[in-house]
Amino acid sequence: MTMRNEAFITGIGQSEIGRKLARHPLLLTVDAVKEALAEAGLSIEQIDGVSTYPGRVPQMLGFSPVGSDELIDALGIKAKWYAGGGEISSQLGAIVAAASAVRTGQARHVICYRTVYEAGAMANPAEYPMMRRDRVDGNSQWTAPFNALSAATWVAQYAMRHVKKYGLTREQLAQIALTDRANALLNPRALVREPLSMDEYLSARMVSDPLCLYDCDRHSDASTVLIVSAGDAIDEVRCTPVRIAAMAGSVDRHSWDQAEWMASYATGRDLWQRTDYTPADVDTVQLYDGFSFLALTWLEGLGFCEVGEGGKFIEGGSRIALDGELPLNTFGGQIAAGRLHGFGFAHEAVVQLRGLGGERQINGDPKVAIATSGGGPLATALLLARDA
Amino acid sequence: MRALPRLDSLNRDFWTGGEHGELRIMHCNDCDGYIHPPRPVCRHCLSENVSAKAVSGRGVIDTYTINHQAWHPKMEVPFVIARVALSDAPGVIITSNIIGCSVDDVDIGDEVSVVFEQQDDVFIPLFEKVK
Ligand SMILES: [Zn+2]
Repeated sequence: MTMRNEAFITGIGQSEIGRKLARHPLLLTVDAVKEALAEAGLSIEQIDGVSTYPGRVPQMLGFSPVGSDELIDALGIKAKWYAGGGEISSQLGAIVAAASAVRTGQARHVICYRTVYEAGAMANPAEYPMMRRDRVDGNSQWTAPFNALSAATWVAQYAMRHVKKYGLTREQLAQIALTDRANALLNPRALVREPLSMDEYLSARMVSDPLCLYDCDRHSDASTVLIVSAGDAIDEVRCTPVRIAAMAGSVDRHSWDQAEWMASYATGRDLWQRTDYTPADVDTVQLYDGFSFLALTWLEGLGFCEVGEGGKFIEGGSRIALDGELPLNTFGGQIAAGRLHGFGFAHEAVVQLRGLGGERQINGDPKVAIATSGGGPLATALLLARDA
Repeated sequence: MRALPRLDSLNRDFWTGGEHGELRIMHCNDCDGYIHPPRPVCRHCLSENVSAKAVSGRGVIDTYTINHQAWHPKMEVPFVIARVALSDAPGVIITSNIIGCSVDDVDIGDEVSVVFEQQDDVFIPLFEKVK
């Protein structure tokens, strides 16, 4: 294999993760950038590209407060290529875009970031106002008039199908949240560092049946950065590069209710058609869990079990535990580490492949990992490999 | 109080057909397919010969959830949010609420029929179980 035309994840960084942090979200982003540059041994002058999701969102600033042009300006980056937008196959689509840029010679080292300030924004509405319109339009008009105001209610309907059609139980679904919370105990940066018992899960209040409070992630303030580097620039980098071995993304009907099935299934299937690796080669999976059920559908969609068998696959929790055969969301996922919005999964996959997980490092010598984002009407999956 | 859609040339028939007791779905006059959300072109055959057509308002619950969380202070809970597959508009699924029965009396596969709730100039299509 010639590495010249491959794309690699090199430096990774992450800010503090918190709720209502006083630190400005641009500075949280700078914190994560500095950590990533230091790990890669790169200077800001060597960065020539920036990629983010979903770009600055003025009507919902807490959701995405830092635009790529602001970061480029703030850091004095001379960018030859940049991109930021929400019309892409979910959060990790920003990594896919960057990988495509470096593989086609448009950039050598691209800072990819996702910054969230959703808790901070709620505490400071004067600076981060929610712009409400009198009337809804676009996709929202097909859900909001029916008080289906949260993605929880949209995901819950897919989950209910699994309950009714395949017999998914609450005890089975609980294993996503229980695993997340157990792993977060070993992640110093995680937002929620308290154990969760099955009894607590089962007695939690329902949000949208069958999803309860602990099936949902929590708004947080944080920034996550991954640097994507070109194969012919890899000798400039100090850290162990992680190769992006395959990428896949898809969108079904973006309006959610018209989508017959979730995009995690088509995306998972496509990923394996673009690589010689198989599910048996995977050492750990970091699967989007903004709602727990999404991670379960990723397990099915990626072929770790049959469609409808996800509940049985995770039953009891030992298979997906830190010392299990397929460790899941070893940093705590979004449910326990905080709503990093997609990028946390890619960050953790690289941490594990480099053996830098500390107390939460998985056993053996992991070489192949999967990171995903989305999973509802749109989805992205990355297959990551360490060659050396 | 429900959030209301901003009416435009494409969605007005859907959101106001209830004034005449009709659920109106964009329809292709060339291939007989339905297009929802409404667009000015048929997603099945790319014909622009499309217009809203009244359907029966009968449907089947594709899936559902019982919403327990009040997403704003005035929201009364619990209530049912469901995806309703329209019986005579193949491939069209509408998110709506199932009203007129206990939230525990709703299941996938239940047959439902449209009723309209007016709020300002909008007629919101809701569904009741067919007895
Ligand atoms: Zn047609």
